[in-house]
Amino acid sequence: MQIPVEGFMYPNEVELQWSILIVLYPFITGLVAGAFILASLERVFRVEAVKPTYRLALLTALAFLLVAPLPLQLHLGHPERSLEMYLTPHRSSAMAMFGFVYLWYLMAVLLLEIWLDYRRDIVVKSQTTTGVTRLIYRVLTLGSSNISERSLHIDERLGYFITVIGIPSAFLLHGYVGFIFGSVKANPWWSSPLMPIVFIFSAMVSGIAVVMLLYMISTRLRRREIDICCLDKIAQYLFYIFVIDFSLEMLDLLQRIYEADESFRSLDFMVHTRLWTSQVIVQIVCGTVTPIVLLGLTQILSLTDTVRKRIYALAGCLTVIGIFAMRWNVVIGGQLFSKSFLGYTTYKMAFATREGLLTAITLLILPFIFLLVLVKLLPPWPDAGPVPASGASPAHGTS
Amino acid sequence: MFKDIEHLVRLAAVMAIALIAFATMRALVVPRSFGEYGHYRGDAIAEIAARPVAFAGHDVCEACHIDVVEQKKQGKHVVVPCEACHGAQAKHADDPASVKPAKLDTAVVCARCHEANSAKPKGFPQVATADHAGGLACDICHQPHRPKIETPAATKPATEGKK
Ligand code: HEC
Ligand code: HEC
Ligand code: HEC
Ligand code: HEC
Repeated sequence: MQIPVEGFMYPNEVELQWSILIVLYPFITGLVAGAFILASLERVFRVEAVKPTYRLALLTALAFLLVAPLPLQLHLGHPERSLEMYLTPHRSSAMAMFGFVYLWYLMAVLLLEIWLDYRRDIVVKSQTTTGVTRLIYRVLTLGSSNISERSLHIDERLGYFITVIGIPSAFLLHGYVGFIFGSVKANPWWSSPLMPIVFIFSAMVSGIAVVMLLYMISTRLRRREIDICCLDKIAQYLFYIFVIDFSLEMLDLLQRIYEADESFRSLDFMVHTRLWTSQVIVQIVCGTVTPIVLLGLTQILSLTDTVRKRIYALAGCLTVIGIFAMRWNVVIGGQLFSKSFLGYTTYKMAFATREGLLTAITLLILPFIFLLVLVKLLPPWPDAGPVPASGASPAHGTS
Repeated sequence: MFKDIEHLVRLAAVMAIALIAFATMRALVVPRSFGEYGHYRGDAIAEIAARPVAFAGHDVCEACHIDVVEQKKQGKHVVVPCEACHGAQAKHADDPASVKPAKLDTAVVCARCHEANSAKPKGFPQVATADHAGGLACDICHQPHRPKIETPAATKPATEGKK
């Protein structure tokens, strides 16, 4: 397969080493961190309005977190060796240390918080279900079925404490991904101390957008009424954080343009040619400015519930696409230009290979399957909760 | 009182078991000599040193293949060691009668060094093999040990120039 090259590339730059799977890695970890931070909002800052999404956000974070290492495993090959990262830790390798960041976040934060929050439900289920299901819940109770007032209160306090630890951990998790790119000093497209910060904010944006969309879709599927107050609140957060994210990225851009170091002409040319569609059109125009304007409109104008819901759905989808494009432009864009600043190569994505498009699509579907299982196992919504919305209300059916 | 934190104690026990299991596994799996010199198994050095030598070095070859040495001296490939093309041949050098080097596919071997690439020094002879040879093996025209092709004017009997 001949790779089209323009100008001068060093031989080892012609073929991209980091494929679309490495695009998925920051994208998926970002969703984890973002979803968790949304959940923490409710818990730590006691934002009652977003409560309906609290558990859904936690489960979403877990589902995506379970998939997060898979792109790396597939990219590197030899998944059986990944344990060695823990057995013989390599302290001078940023990537190897990510294993510990990941493990900490999974075991010490997310699983604990979910377990404590669901313990009451798990105990109840272990007593009301039968067969294999019962066995699963029995194991999950760890053999203690005490759900007295006091024990639940203790869980609540401990859960709060874990959430407080969890927020910096979520920042660490995704900030670390940004750091892995930002610390590659040989690559001017990545090397920037702002990278971890931009990554965290874009992570929050994408995570909140995904939980918002999942909330809307799951509520429709369950034929319940969407809690519009909750939705408004989430959209408001999305809007604020998106504005911060966008200003940070613009600051980064301003800094680069004014500084105009030796890499600038080359990178500028790349943005105007190879990255024009994915960076300017998809990421900035469609994926950032449009959703910000749409969300801004819902803040200024007083629109009907239906229109707002439609706008939120549209803005949410655009946001997720935009953040995906951002990861793409960071990872792929950073490999398209030569270190000599004299040439550009092309990324040729394979289809049905280990690192091809098909694998990437599968990896993007997988978290939703995990989420489905988790939702079946640990329903995030109160079962006997809000009255079924259908029946009396003919307004049902709007998105 | 204890009853209300019993589940947490159990959780702590599960975590402790996991940690102990990890520590045990680490003690069992990580090789003794790991980290002796660096982030690798110290014993690996001795093991690698004990492996049989694969490359003999061109001095060894030249002791027997004097004719090839003479030929090579006349061309620029004099600087290229035998095993850069023929591959590791220590076994052959030890026992030439029973181990014979495999025949080379020049279309592959020569392209490894001579395929045109803008990153190579300008002065290095390089060709776009697809255009230059059109899929033919290089040793149809070039004699591998003395690759320069004499001008047709000086055509000699078929023993020279072409192999
Ligand atoms: C001890 C003497 C000796 C040494 C040392 C030796 N060779 Fe040979 N080589 C021979 C002999 C004898 C033959 C012919 C074998 C035959 O035709 O059965 C031969 C044949 C060959 C052939 C041709 C095989 C063929 O298809 O006709 C190649 C190529 C070759 N040697 C390469 C090497 C290289 C490279 C080295 C150095 C690593 C080397 N030899 C070292 C004795 C030696
Ligand atoms: C530039 C690559 C190259 C180098 C360097 C090279 N050879 Fe060869 N040699 C070949 C090729 C190609 C052939 C012909 C195909 C074959 O026999 O495998 C060949 C053939 C031979 C043969 C078979 C008889 C003949 O003369 O055609 C011998 C023996 C041999 N080489 C020995 C050596 C020795 C000894 C050296 C080092 C002094 C050496 N070669 C260096 C590429 C090389
Ligand atoms: C290990 C690398 C290597 C391999 C393999 C190799 N060569 Fe060379 N070749 C060289 C070097 C080094 C030179 C000398 C370049 C110089 O001095 O500028 C050279 C020079 C040449 C030249 C120019 C000779 C002249 O006098 O101008 C030709 C033609 C050539 N090689 C053909 C071949 C062919 C045909 C083969 C395959 C049998 C081959 N080379 C395999 C490294 C290699
Ligand atoms: C059809 C005959 C033929 C074949 C096959 C052939 N060459 Fe050549 N090659 C020539 C001739 C004739 C020259 C010298 C004329 C020239 O310098 O342009 C030459 C010159 C070269 C040069 C020197 C170029 C320079 O800039 O000094 C290299 C290197 C070379 N060939 C490599 C190869 C390689 C590698 C192959 C196999 C893939 C190959 N050739 C196959 C005929 C051939």
